[in-house]
Amino acid sequence: MQRTKNQKAWFLVLPVFLLVAFSAIIPLMTVVNYSVQDSFGNNEFFWVGSEWFVEVLNSDRLHDAFGRQLMFSGIILAIEIPLGIWIALKMPKKGWAVSVCLVLMALPLLIPWNVVGTIWQIFAREDIGLLGHTLAALGVDYNYTQDTLSAWITVIVMDVWHWTSLVVLLCYAGLSSIPDAYYQAAKIDGASKWAVFRHIQLPKMKRVLTIAVLLRFMDSFMIYTEPFVVTGGGPGNATTFLSIDLVKMAIGQFDVGPAAAFSIVYFLVVLLVSWVFYTVVTASDAEDQS
Amino acid sequence: MSKLRLTPVLYIVFLMVPIYWLLTMSLKTNAEILGGFSLWPKDPTLANFRTILTDASWYSGYINSTIYVVLNTIISITVALPAAYAFSRYRFLGDKHLFFWLLSNRMAPPAVFVLPFFQLYSSIGLFDTHIAVALAHCLFNVPLAVWILEGFMSGVPKEIDETAQIDGYSFPAFFTRIFMPLIASGIGVAAFFCFMFSWVELLIARTLTSVDAKPIAAVMTRTVSASGLDWGVLAAAGVLTIVPGAIVIWFVRNHIAKGFALGRV
Amino acid sequence: MDLAWMGWTTFTGTFLAVIASLLIAMTVWEIARPGGAPRKGLLGFTSTRGDRLFVTLLGSAFIHLAWMYFAGGVDLWWALGLSGLYGLAVFRWV
Repeated sequence: MQRTKNQKAWFLVLPVFLLVAFSAIIPLMTVVNYSVQDSFGNNEFFWVGSEWFVEVLNSDRLHDAFGRQLMFSGIILAIEIPLGIWIALKMPKKGWAVSVCLVLMALPLLIPWNVVGTIWQIFAREDIGLLGHTLAALGVDYNYTQDTLSAWITVIVMDVWHWTSLVVLLCYAGLSSIPDAYYQAAKIDGASKWAVFRHIQLPKMKRVLTIAVLLRFMDSFMIYTEPFVVTGGGPGNATTFLSIDLVKMAIGQFDVGPAAAFSIVYFLVVLLVSWVFYTVVTASDAEDQS
Repeated sequence: MSKLRLTPVLYIVFLMVPIYWLLTMSLKTNAEILGGFSLWPKDPTLANFRTILTDASWYSGYINSTIYVVLNTIISITVALPAAYAFSRYRFLGDKHLFFWLLSNRMAPPAVFVLPFFQLYSSIGLFDTHIAVALAHCLFNVPLAVWILEGFMSGVPKEIDETAQIDGYSFPAFFTRIFMPLIASGIGVAAFFCFMFSWVELLIARTLTSVDAKPIAAVMTRTVSASGLDWGVLAAAGVLTIVPGAIVIWFVRNHIAKGFALGRV
Repeated sequence: MDLAWMGWTTFTGTFLAVIASLLIAMTVWEIARPGGAPRKGLLGFTSTRGDRLFVTLLGSAFIHLAWMYFAGGVDLWWALGLSGLYGLAVFRWV
């Protein structure tokens, strides 16, 4: 849409600006302030300069958490995106079945994150959970509180369960905007299923898929509640992701300085990734319009 | 529907089984849960639900959550409507950067904000109030609402604005009487998403409350760690947290796909 | 309102002031020469002045982090100087 130039539009944006500035700038500046100081409580601070940053950047604990985080986000993207596309392609196109599918699929998205954790914590327990019990009956060696691999599989399956529907719904929205005429034309041309997917469906989904990848990457990158409830970050530190480690540091140990330095590094990484995505999306939009 | 489609059916079964398990557990007594293994409750009981609905420390959690979620939804939509209109209709100084800055807050990890939020709301005397949680959740809900509403508003042709102006409508009258009904489904979807993300969030809500505004999610985690694991009641509490979402989603089911695409398809 | 909990220091105060004055300067520049001089630069996307400032600031932050990682917390002036050069390069070519 052609937008007209009007500086008065700032007045319409002002409430949002003030509200978000209050909730974002004050906390962020506080984090910046804390990151260069040490504190023993009571609002007494001591200047330490770059000490916390050097410590945090060179800390094995955080390198490990960062590595685990990248691995986790990578794995869930590699599973959820193709799976989501595939299910969206197989969705019914019209009739009551669509509504039923959409509502049932969206259900996991609306469950409070700690309840998602609780559901899987119960479901995977050997003594009272259906999954854990079945696996034990089949003789599979599975125990998510003791065994690293089991814990990882539980956390990943939980995330797939929780969030694949988001990808499905996004792709479905993209697919349902394709006019029937396209499919009929493809049929007349005798196009294969793959050709239809490659040249009609995938281009239409490009935009929503970018949003899906962005949202899934970001949300998995800040995941806290679900793995915390299920595994508590364990066994050992096996499922301690960045946010779990950060909260442990900031609230648990009250290491305000290192936690603040950690927060800034974390935030900068997130900012970089969002900016790259945003630039790519807006650039491809501009291309589509021209 | 011509034939039963295997893939979506299998996927939905995969989604429903853990929820079914939670539901059966909420209908069992603790003795039955721990005593043996059964696929369905042998002797269904509503005792767990009764515990929650009669014990103030449980049901006040639901009330608290509902209060701050509703507050947050109202605040978010109210401020996001004019802003989304500005972004969809006008170009102004720094608009693109402002939009990106808003979105970056949606992407920011809540864990980064937990400690400063605690300090901030304690210092202005709002700690453990509903409004504190509602305001804190605005950090990610306002950008989301702006993003969704902007998508829906861009779909409304600009000629409508111009015609209304020629017909002598003032801007507020045009906005509330003509424009808002046109994007009613968009407002519904945006409100739904604000509701949803405020409802499912735990970390910030838990940190900013202690007694008076304690959300149900925090009540549940406390019960897990302290009172010797009452699985039946915990499962019942979980089931009750799913109910509001399931009701709300029914009303927006026809727009939900477009909403998840943030109004842009 | 008591602000002691925020733990302000001269250094971080200066930091915020510099960022704020940069934003004000960009606003003034934009009013004087509107349009933001968009062009397609080295990184293959259309950038305006504001985008270039953002790329400069974000890049500078990572330069500082890299300096602290490789050289420790000493002589951060070098990192600042490097960021300045980087900023000039961004405004010239991106």
